[in-house]
Amino acid sequence: MFFSLAAVEVGTHLYWNIAGLTVHGQVLLVTWLVIAIILSIAVLGTRNLETVPKGLQNFVESVFEYVSGIAKDQIGEYEYRPWVPFVGTLFLFIFVANWLGALVPWKLITLPEGELAAPTNDINTTVALSLLTSISYFYAGLKAKGLGFFGRYISPTPIFLPINILEDFTKPLSLSFRLFGNILADEIVVSVLCLLVPLFIPLPVMVLGIFASSVQALVFSTLSAAYIGESIE
Amino acid sequence: MNPIISGASVVAAGLAIGLAAIGPGIGQGTAAAQAVEGLARQPEAEGKIRGTLLLSLAFMESLTIYGLVVALCLLFANPFTGG
Repeated sequence: MFFSLAAVEVGTHLYWNIAGLTVHGQVLLVTWLVIAIILSIAVLGTRNLETVPKGLQNFVESVFEYVSGIAKDQIGEYEYRPWVPFVGTLFLFIFVANWLGALVPWKLITLPEGELAAPTNDINTTVALSLLTSISYFYAGLKAKGLGFFGRYISPTPIFLPINILEDFTKPLSLSFRLFGNILADEIVVSVLCLLVPLFIPLPVMVLGIFASSVQALVFSTLSAAYIGESIE
Repeated sequence: MNPIISGASVVAAGLAIGLAAIGPGIGQGTAAAQAVEGLARQPEAEGKIRGTLLLSLAFMESLTIYGLVVALCLLFANPFTGG
C-alpha cells in the first residue's frame, strides 16, 4: 500500500582504494571541481592585465582586496602580506565548496554508492584544513620568535600552562567542528525536509544554509588569520 | 544490552542538542540587543556593527553546533552499537 518515495541515509560513502589507502571518492571528486573552478577564474581573470580593470579582472581584484582585508585586520599592517595567499585560499576554498554543495543539483549524477555533496560535510576535509591552520600558526610563531615562541605557554603566569596546552588542541578541534557541523547539519535538515515536504518548504532552509555557509567561510579564515596574528605578536 | 544502549543514545542525542541550544540562544539575543542599541546610538557605524555582530553570532552558534555534532555522532556513528 505504501511505497518509498524518498529516503535519507547518512554515512554511506563511495570508497576508493588508492595504493592501499581507502579514501572517500565523492569528496575528492567535488574537491577537484572546486579547485578547477577557483583556478580557472584566477587564470582567466589575470590574463591581459589592464591598469583600469573591467569585467573578470575587476571581480578578481575585488576578491583579492577583500581577502587581504581579512588578513590585514587580523595580522596587522606590517606582516600580513605573506599570509594573504594562505588565508585567501582557506576562504575561497571553503566558500566555493559550500556554495557548490548547496547550489548544484548533484542528484542528477548517480554514483554506485553514496552521493555527491559539499566536500566540507566530511570531517576529514575540515580537520585537514584546521590542521593546516595549526601548522601554519606554529610555523609563524617559530619563524618570528625562534624557540622563544614556546614562552607563550607560561604567559601570563605559569599556572596557565595546562590551559595553554589544552588551547593548542581545542583550536583546531573547534575550527573543524564548527565548519563540519554547520555544513552537515544544513544538508541533513534540507534532506529531511525534502523527504517530508518536497515542495517549497525546504527553500527558506536552503537560503539560510547558503548565508550561513558563506559566514562560516569568513569565520574560518578570520580565525585562522587571528591565530597567526596572535602567535606573531 | 542493545536496546538499552540504543534507547539511551536516542535520549542522550535529544538532550545534547536541546540543552546545547539554551546558552548560545541567550548569548545571541544579548549580542543582538547590544548591536541594535549601538546602531540606534550611531547609525553611521552600521557597516562595522553589522560585520562584528555577524562574526560574533557565528562564534556563539558554533557552541550549539558542537552539541549537534555529538547528537549526530550518537545517532549515526555510535561507537557502542550500530545505532
